[in-house]
Amino acid sequence: MDRGTSREPTAGYVHYALIWAALVALLIMTIAIARLSLLANYSVLGSLFIATVKAGLVLIYFMHLKHEGWVVKGMLLLAVAALFFIIALTFVDVWYR
Amino acid sequence: MAMEKESNAGTAVTAEAQSGVDYTGKKIGMWLFLFTELLFFGGMFLLYSVFRSQYPAEFHSAAQEENLLLGSVNTTILLTSSFTIAVAIAAIRKGNKIFSLYMQTATIMFGICFLIIKYFEWSAKISKGIYPDSPALLSREKGEILFFSLYYVMTGIHGIHVLIGVIAIAIMFVYTRRGVIGRDNFAKLENTGLYWHFVDIVWIYLFPLFYLIT
Repeated sequence: MDRGTSREPTAGYVHYALIWAALVALLIMTIAIARLSLLANYSVLGSLFIATVKAGLVLIYFMHLKHEGWVVKGMLLLAVAALFFIIALTFVDVWYR
Repeated sequence: MAMEKESNAGTAVTAEAQSGVDYTGKKIGMWLFLFTELLFFGGMFLLYSVFRSQYPAEFHSAAQEENLLLGSVNTTILLTSSFTIAVAIAAIRKGNKIFSLYMQTATIMFGICFLIIKYFEWSAKISKGIYPDSPALLSREKGEILFFSLYYVMTGIHGIHVLIGVIAIAIMFVYTRRGVIGRDNFAKLENTGLYWHFVDIVWIYLFPLFYLIT
C-alpha cells in the first residue's frame, strides 16, 4: 500500500548535501566532456546520459521516489514510456519518410 | 525490524485516518499533474530532436553563440535550489520551523537569481537582433532560425515555470510562518517541492541541449 506523504523516513541534511555535491560533480563532468570533446562523436549521447543520471538522482533522493509505492513508480514508468514511444515513432517517420 | 516497520505503517495509516488528511491522494494528484507537464515539455523536446536531426550543422553553429558561463551558473543555482527546498521539507518534518523558513527563503532567492541571469542572457541576444521574427534572425540559415526559436520558446516557458515556483514557495513561506504548514501537516510544502524539483529536471535537459551540444 502506498502510505503517503508523511510516512517516509526523514533524510538527514548531510544526505541531501552529498546528493547536491554529486549533482555539481556531474555538471562539471558534463561541461568538461563537451568542451574538451572527450567523447568525440558520442558527445550528444554522453551529455544526455549524464543529464539522465542527474535527473535520476533528483527523482530518487530529492523527490523521494525510492520511498514511493508502486502506484507512483508505475505511473512514472508509464509517462516516461509514453514519451519514449512518441519520440521513437516520430523518428521512424522522419528517418524513413 | 520487519515487525517494527509493520507497526509503524499501521500507526501511520491510523494517524492519517484520524487526521482526516488524505496525504496519499494529495501526492498522487501532484505526480499526475507533473506527468502532464512531462508530456507538455516532451512535445518541445521532440520538436528540438527532429529539427536537430535535420539541421545538425546549423544547430552546431547557433549553439556556439550561447553563453556557457551563464548557463553553467544557472544550472548550479537550480541544482542548489533543489537542495535547499529538500532541506526545507526535511527541517519542517523535524519540527525546525525557523531553519525551514531560512531554506525556503534561500530557494526563493535562487529562483530569482536564475530569472535575473536569464534576463541578462535574453537581453544580450535581443541587443544583437536575435529574437523571434527579427530581420537579423530571419536572414540566417533555416536551422539557426529554428534553433533560436526553440531556445526562446523552451527557456521562456521554463522561465515562467520558475516564476510560478517562486510564487508558490513564497505562499508556502507565509503558510509556514502562520503555522498552516507544520511538522504534522506539510503536504502543501512537499508538493511545491516536487514541482520545484521537476522544473530543475527540465533545466537539467535544457542545459546540454542548448549550451553543450555544439
